[in-house]
Amino acid sequence: MNTMSVSALTARLLPRPSPTVLPGFGLTMGLTLAWLSLIILIPLAGVFVWSAGLGWEEFSRLAFDPRTTAALKLSFGAALIAAAVNVVFGALVAWVLVRYNFPGKRLFDAAIDLPFALPTAVAGLAFTALYAPNGWIGSWLVPLGVKVAYTPTGIVVALIFIGLPFVVRSVQPVLSDLDKELEEAAATLGATRLQTVRKVVLPVLIPSLLTGFALAFARGVGEYGSIIFIAGNIPYVSEIAPLLIVIRLEEFNYPGATAIAAIMLVISFALLLLINLLQSWNRRRTGIAA
Amino acid sequence: MSYDPLAMDATRIPSRPSPAPRPFFRTPISESVPVKIVLITLGVAFLGAMIFLPLAAVFFEAFRRGAEPFFAALVEPDALASIRLTLFVAAISVPANLVFGLVASWAIAKFEFKGKSFLITLIDLPFSVSPVISGLVYILLFGSYGFIGPWLISHGYQIVFAVPGIVLATIFVTFPFVARQLIPLMEQQGKVDEEAALSLGATGLQTFFRVTLPNIKWALLYGVLLCNARAMGEFGAVSVVSGHIRGKTNTMPLHVEILYNEYNFVAAFAVASLLAFLALFTLVLKSLLEWRYSGEIAATGRSH
Repeated sequence: MNTMSVSALTARLLPRPSPTVLPGFGLTMGLTLAWLSLIILIPLAGVFVWSAGLGWEEFSRLAFDPRTTAALKLSFGAALIAAAVNVVFGALVAWVLVRYNFPGKRLFDAAIDLPFALPTAVAGLAFTALYAPNGWIGSWLVPLGVKVAYTPTGIVVALIFIGLPFVVRSVQPVLSDLDKELEEAAATLGATRLQTVRKVVLPVLIPSLLTGFALAFARGVGEYGSIIFIAGNIPYVSEIAPLLIVIRLEEFNYPGATAIAAIMLVISFALLLLINLLQSWNRRRTGIAA
Repeated sequence: MSYDPLAMDATRIPSRPSPAPRPFFRTPISESVPVKIVLITLGVAFLGAMIFLPLAAVFFEAFRRGAEPFFAALVEPDALASIRLTLFVAAISVPANLVFGLVASWAIAKFEFKGKSFLITLIDLPFSVSPVISGLVYILLFGSYGFIGPWLISHGYQIVFAVPGIVLATIFVTFPFVARQLIPLMEQQGKVDEEAALSLGATGLQTFFRVTLPNIKWALLYGVLLCNARAMGEFGAVSVVSGHIRGKTNTMPLHVEILYNEYNFVAAFAVASLLAFLALFTLVLKSLLEWRYSGEIAATGRSH
């Protein structure tokens, strides 16, 4: 497609932008839509075309078979628990980083983003080294009867790592922008510190906490690399949904893989919608785009 | 003693026994020192266990048997091939997303049109798709049972289970990084500077390269940095579309997995430590950019 026809096409398809002297709307918008469609939208649509081609009966047989259901339950359950843990510790870490001064604070602040930067496979390897029965932490836990590696607990531990920055980075800007006068007012009216935190600070943080929770949850549901090393991958016990997709693909069972992918995509899109709503709520409440 | 409420209050308060004298540095809107110490300890311990310990484990395991096996694992031909492939994939996918990010943010941030926020959501889609599905979609398109795969394969084009598939999957997962960094910033900067340049006779391209680009250069670098880290470290998506052929379609993260599954732990951790080093390098640069140019990177506060 040459650039002229792209511009002409978008000029017809899209509402004209409000008048401006800036050039290049047709060209850049056309390229954006073309590239977006080729790389993201058409390939994603393929999953639904494939699923539709299966017919409802075949699709539901594949999507609701017990092994698939168990894998989906595990992916969503583990992501839910990990996101909940992250809300508590993420809020604590954000609070400590915003409100207090202590040596090495900047280092800790920068380290929060490590899960974003560290390749997931490396994280998976590291957690396995720590929690395997002969590992640094595992060798202490196993005599106590706590098994982390090769169990669903290990999955939750990996997902806590993956999700932590989402909660901390959602809460941090809201907390540092919080007007101190609100807390002073509460204190002068006789509230104890705990009452002030619970009834003045926490309500302001709730939209950002929920945003962080949803982001961590959405990321955790689809996570693959950091989990497969530590999970043990036992069907019905510690086999996550993305891994089951990989297994189906390796069996050349494309319909089986596609059915699981379609379910996960639908739920991901619902989560994305929820996250957008939460973020606009947060923006209205605090003026900060977390 | 006469009944005088003020006098009584004045004498009662200092003599009240229960609350200990407050430390002088505690204000009514901060916590007592023991509470602070407990909270800081909890937070630091949590970060230590969840962030620093795993990182330390990678480097420790890599050097478990000393420096020699570590370097031997890195210069071995399959490891070198995986490093070359990772660099090659990043060298294509990062510039592709850089150009797309610039083009998309020009269209989205500098013009007003209907459906703008929906378009931004579409660009953000890859963040909410499981990496495994990001790979799967290309198999459904280009695989031997896919929509156009049979036709392409019969004409001699192998896309998936080969390098082109790895590049495509990497572009997919890193798609939003540059655009989402630039769009909010360029929206906030508005278009007054560009309009001034145009009214003084600059062409569109001159305006872009001499006015817009200098305004967004640090944010662009920031986006490219994060994009590159993800491109080099991507595992799930690449794992699905790679044929796992040693020395040919294995990127560094995939090479790590193969070594680990062969119980070659020192070599696995050696290559992993290289990736961990890349992550640390990225974090340091990112922190430097944030401290030095925070206002020129993000529109509102910190964003990711």
